[in-house]
Amino acid sequence: MTEILLAAILTDNLALSFFLGICTFLAVSQRISTALGLGIAVIVVQGVTVPVNALIHVYLLAPGALHWIGLPEIDLSFLRIIVFIGVIAAMVQLMELLLDRFVPVLHRALGVFLPLITVNCAILGGSLFMVERRYDPLEAVVWGIGSGIGWALAITAFAAIRERLRHADMPEGLRGLGGAFIVSGLMSLGFSGFGGMVQ
Amino acid sequence: MRRLSHHLTDPLIRSNPVTLQILGICSALAVTTALATALTMAAALIFVLCASAAIISAIRRHIPHAIRLILQITIIATLVIVTDEVLRAYAFEISQRLSIFVGLIVTNCIVLGRAESFAMHHPVGPSVLDALGNALGYGLVLMIVATIRELFGTGRLLGVPMLPLAEQGGWFEPLRLMQLAPSAFFIIGLLVWAIRAVRPEQAERPEHRLLSRRGEARP
Repeated sequence: MTEILLAAILTDNLALSFFLGICTFLAVSQRISTALGLGIAVIVVQGVTVPVNALIHVYLLAPGALHWIGLPEIDLSFLRIIVFIGVIAAMVQLMELLLDRFVPVLHRALGVFLPLITVNCAILGGSLFMVERRYDPLEAVVWGIGSGIGWALAITAFAAIRERLRHADMPEGLRGLGGAFIVSGLMSLGFSGFGGMVQ
Repeated sequence: MRRLSHHLTDPLIRSNPVTLQILGICSALAVTTALATALTMAAALIFVLCASAAIISAIRRHIPHAIRLILQITIIATLVIVTDEVLRAYAFEISQRLSIFVGLIVTNCIVLGRAESFAMHHPVGPSVLDALGNALGYGLVLMIVATIRELFGTGRLLGVPMLPLAEQGGWFEPLRLMQLAPSAFFIIGLLVWAIRAVRPEQAERPEHRLLSRRGEARP
């Protein structure tokens, strides 16, 4: 469990070693406060959708999963992508409604980010990795929350660096996008230093 | 003809989806450790993008406005599943190396972006050309990054030895860093810089100007 958590946060960081959610990562990292808001939203959504998708995978989609209603030979795993995307969109909607009803403060802070997250490939990628690595539902909870924390950590640190760099005298062509890539590269290099931590 | 062909040629460099609009980068970087996987990924994206543009543009007048996004995502996801299954059936080894990234074409912003901003408002012909142009622009970036990473990371190209390796008596020592994640970021960053050096109109305006001692703005 600890290994999965550490791997999800540091060594297998979704943003910096698998390039997932990089579009949003580059676009919404101008300020630390917005980056932190988006990061928290990703942790919450990832922590909910990955376990839900894990249950759906185990009890509906995996080969032989329909054993419990007496149809052991049916294999629905080809439906994985479309079902996962639907679940993510539905969970995000549901979460928006629940937050608005019960925690309006949080809804006001995270509201703008939630729809953006539906098409964030880190979320779909998290669920697809969960299937590919054969995590059981309990491990999926750890992996979901951990990978969310890892993504949030990366974007917050990245936004902090970009806030500093805003005043730097960079070559014209490197300003903005080009520089952002170089900075992500350096951060990714830094995170690869954690490589030996998890076997 | 000129008016039609610019749909195809514009996205190659001038308004390249990856280097100018930061779209579709997620998959563009992860599959570029080898040229073979990058080529497969580019082919998969060309198919999905063109087919989804054609279908969406053909039925654009019948799509209710309120559910258009869900409909577009469903069409795209269906095409992606087809691509994934075909790859699994006929190119199993490559599909294993592409891991989850073919599936992630669903969330590739280029596909949904072109469907929403172009195919929804144009006839089938221009939509397919525009889709093909954007897919080729994406493929071009993939090719460049993958060629650099595979050639300097392993000394091979498409698995064929190109540079004489030091361990076999040659002079080339493979750069292991090229096979790791950071190098993809560096190469794309330098590529963006190179394109903007040639086309200065793409450079971003500075948010602040530096003032010299005498108070005048430096260029």
